[in-house]
Amino acid sequence: METPTARVRGLGSAQEGAEHWWTERLTSIATFALFVWAIISVVRMGSLDYHTVTEWLREPLAAVPMLLLIVATFWHLKLGLQVVVEDYVHEEGNKFFTIALLNFFVVIAAAFALFAVLKIALGTPG
Amino acid sequence: MHRNPDRPLSPHLTIWKWGPHMLVSILHRVTGTGLAIVGGLAFTWWLMAAATSEEAYRYFVSWATHWTGLIVLVGLSWAFFQHTLSGLRHYVMDIGAGFELSGNKLWAMATLAGSAVLTALLWLYILMGR
Repeated sequence: METPTARVRGLGSAQEGAEHWWTERLTSIATFALFVWAIISVVRMGSLDYHTVTEWLREPLAAVPMLLLIVATFWHLKLGLQVVVEDYVHEEGNKFFTIALLNFFVVIAAAFALFAVLKIALGTPG
Repeated sequence: MHRNPDRPLSPHLTIWKWGPHMLVSILHRVTGTGLAIVGGLAFTWWLMAAATSEEAYRYFVSWATHWTGLIVLVGLSWAFFQHTLSGLRHYVMDIGAGFELSGNKLWAMATLAGSAVLTALLWLYILMGR
């Protein structure tokens, strides 16, 4: 996202802010589109009981968008929470610790969510 | 450059009043943080319950339909609509549009009204469907 002229002149921050900002926008578009899909799907199913949900997630056309939704959403919320931490936690040690904790939270929760969808999608019915 | 030190510096950091744009701005952050933590955990619990067993799913539903769970879910749905609408407003402002005072105020208030209406419609739909 840095222009070639800015790079040559060495202007601006040498860190990853522009990339972060841009990725947050891209993941927000993906998250928005996938949530529109998820809401329409749930409204069409008319129910969120156990059998409806598990049968739904066994369909490849439901499982794959749901996996993408998990990746997009957790990626987006990781970027967003990181900005909040950077804005309010100024002491370097605390900032490092909070961002590390946030990354652990995101990776662990996303892993559980992805595994859950894969288990339903690839498991045997019943 | 000469400056009279008795004059206040601009912007006047202590002289301001709340406007809808400021409320929407901080709500974007508050709802985003709430969705990320509470929403992220509830969503993962829902999927894990579905992947574990019918009994685990029933346990999840017993909490989701308990009045405390319903308060959390109503809050999450409102946060989702508010964050989504103010997020769409951010797309417009990111391309450099929508900064005129009257238009900015109008669309800030529109996100607040929109999220309230969408939350009400969603829960009316859920309660009517039962």
